[in-house]
Formats: sequence, structure tokens, C-alpha cells
Amino acid sequence: MSCDYTRTVLYGYLDGELDATRSAEFEHHLEGCRECATALGSEESLRSSLQRSGLYESAPVSLRKKIRVGLDSATASPTIIRIPAWRWLAVAATILVVASVSWFAWERRTIDSGSTAPFTAAEMIDAHVRSLQPGHLTDVASTDQHTVKPWFDGKLAFVPPVKDFSDEGFPLIGARLDVLGGQNVAALVYTRRKHIINVFVMPTKEPDTPIHEPGLRQGYQWRHWRRQGMEYCAVSDASDSDIYELAQLIYQ
Amino acid sequence: MSGSDQGKVTDVLDAQDRARFEQLVLPHLDAAFNLARWLLKSRADSEDVAQEAMLRAYRFFRGFHGGDARAWLLQIVRNTCYTWLEKNRPVELMTEFDEELHPQPSASPEALAIAGNNRERLTRALETLPPRFREVLVLRELEGCSYKEIASITAIPIGTVMSALARARQRLQRALTHASPQEAAREL
Repeated sequence: MSCDYTRTVLYGYLDGELDATRSAEFEHHLEGCRECATALGSEESLRSSLQRSGLYESAPVSLRKKIRVGLDSATASPTIIRIPAWRWLAVAATILVVASVSWFAWERRTIDSGSTAPFTAAEMIDAHVRSLQPGHLTDVASTDQHTVKPWFDGKLAFVPPVKDFSDEGFPLIGARLDVLGGQNVAALVYTRRKHIINVFVMPTKEPDTPIHEPGLRQGYQWRHWRRQGMEYCAVSDASDSDIYELAQLIYQ
Repeated sequence: MSGSDQGKVTDVLDAQDRARFEQLVLPHLDAAFNLARWLLKSRADSEDVAQEAMLRAYRFFRGFHGGDARAWLLQIVRNTCYTWLEKNRPVELMTEFDEELHPQPSASPEALAIAGNNRERLTRALETLPPRFREVLVLRELEGCSYKEIASITAIPIGTVMSALARARQRLQRALTHASPQEAAREL
């Protein structure tokens, strides 16, 4: 190889890395240079055997499977990262409170003044507290409303509206089935800072109501309302202003 | 819940990271495996190393800020391969190493035998090249990478990619032509 072009430009030409001007120059040169034409010919033939001999080796299926398993274990499930140890304290405190007041005979009562609900405040608080026990919070742990909503398909006789409010500071972390007043209900689980907010949803035939005044019992607060054939109750140990904010988001 | 768990490469990744990783990086698993296979010359070792590289990429995924996901992944694969070679076959990184290969048994007709022989010979010739020549050829001819991509994957300056490829191609041609008599002798 004595031609300067062979040493410098030929490979760039072969690889399509020359700009239009230099490429045209080289093509012009090729017409008169037997050495470059021969060198180019053998490089092209080498390339075509490399590309046509099936040398490319695709990843085996076993590798794909192993990688999925590895990714699974390197991905935190939302329930694990999002529910820190402080909650154990909350649960312990709650159990104490529940125990200390349990000798009262609980009568079935409305959960807020002027509005009746098909379940009692005590049942709702129980359901909320039960959900805070390890492993009870969510049946489907997902921050994606498009995962959570279809999950209810076939599990309930109604379709609860599911929306994530991460951008507004109330990330959806999952959902579960629950029972309130003897009825299957959807429980959507949101978080506000480190507080868990359960939003119970069930169908109703009653007319729409505004968001009612907050209820308070055993240190938990809730907001209750009806809208478009659904009965909602948002309950948490978070502040009432937080619960009200989430209620408004859902109400819209 | 807040952004406090974001930003560090060693953090636990969440479902959103996972979805983004599956969309951007995982589709290049074949490219990752192919590069590892040609650097390590063994499917079994490549499977381990490609797996390690892919999981490493995942752990570092928050450090990936868009751009060419394939080049980003292949860079990690290449580094993982070289680390593996340094540990397990340090000689290979210093000298040309002519590993003896066992040809695949071929019970097929003549035409297939010729094609198979051709592939076998090419494979052997490629494998006699030092890793640094082999990788540029594999990236260029099998993976179809541009000079710019090759430069970013292999950490050689873009100006020297062309000369590295030129030398690699000349070596491959030589290896192919020199392989013939040896091969003939081996077949006798």
C-alpha cells in the first residue's frame, strides 16, 4: 500500500464517514488508482463475509430471565421504601388507644353530622388501623393509576375512580379490597409526607354532597362526601388540612 | 415521598426507574451480549459478564441523563469485560493469544459445510486479534456503530478510530490468509 489515499481516506470512505466533498474526491481518485480500487474491493469483500456469516450472537433466553430476576431484586417495591419504621410506633399507639376505649359499647351511628353512611366511624377507623399493620396496606402496590384501576376489574361490582396526585404532593402508592359495613369497598392508598391516607370508595344511590366537616376519633380524622354515585371517605392521622386537600383533588 | 431519595447512583431504584430502564436500556441486551461474547470469546462467560454489566448499568441508571443508551450500555459492558479479563485472563490483554477452538461438528451437506467452514475460519481469525482490535471491528461491522459511537464506547479519541479500524482490518486479513495452512494441517 503505497498510495496516500489508501492509508488515509479509504477506510473513512468504506465506513461512510467522509463528508460529501471528500467522498467525491476519493471516488474521482478511485477511477485512476488501481491500488485503491483493489484495496477497496478486498475490504468490501471482508466486510460482507463478516456481516453475512451470522457472527452476531444474540442474548440467550436464559440471560434475559436472569436479568429480569436481578432487576426485580434491585427494584424496591413501593411498599418497602415508602412505609418507614415510624409506622410501627403509630400502630402500637393506635392499638393502645383502641384497647383503652374498647370497653365502650359502640353503637351504630352516622359518621358525620347531618349525613349518614352505610358504615360506622368505628368500622372505618378499624379498617384504617388494620391497613397499617405490616403487609395489610396494599394488595396491589403501584404508583401507576393505570395499573391500580384495572386491578379492581372483576374484584368489585363497581369501578372506583383512581387517580394519582403525585404532582400535588399526594402520591398514590397502591390499593386493596376492604370491607366496611359488611360491604366490599375499594381502598385507595395515598401518602402525604409520611402519613398514610386511606380513601374508601363504594357505590351509593344517594345524591351528591359537598365535602363534609371533618370527623375525629381516636386521633384519626376523616372527610366524607358523595359524588357521582360514589361514596368516599378519606381517613388518616395526617392533619385535617391535608385530608381536605386530597378530598378536594378527588372531588374535582 | 419527597425528592430526597433521588439523585445518588447507589440508591434503590423504584418502579418508574425500572420502567424507564426497560424502555431505554434493556432493548440493547443483544448488543451487550454480542460485544461481551467477542471480547471474552466464550458464551458462558459472556452470559455472566453481560448480566453483571446490565445490573451494574441499572444501579448507575440515575447517572444516565439521556443520549445514546446503547453506547452508554456498551461502555459499561466493555469496562466489565476488561475487568473480568484482567482478573481471569490477564495474559490475553498483553499478548496475542491463539486459543485453540473446537470446530462444531457438522453433519450437513457439502454446501453447508463450506459455509460453516467459512464462518468457523472467520471466527477463529477474529479471535486471534488482540481484544482492542477485535472490539473496534465488532462494533463497526457487527453492531454498525459510527466512529463517534466507537470512540465513546472504547474511550479512544475519535481521530484514532479510523486508524485503529484500518489496523484491525489488515490484521484480520492476515489472520484469515495465514489461518488456511494451519487449518488444513489440523484437518488432516
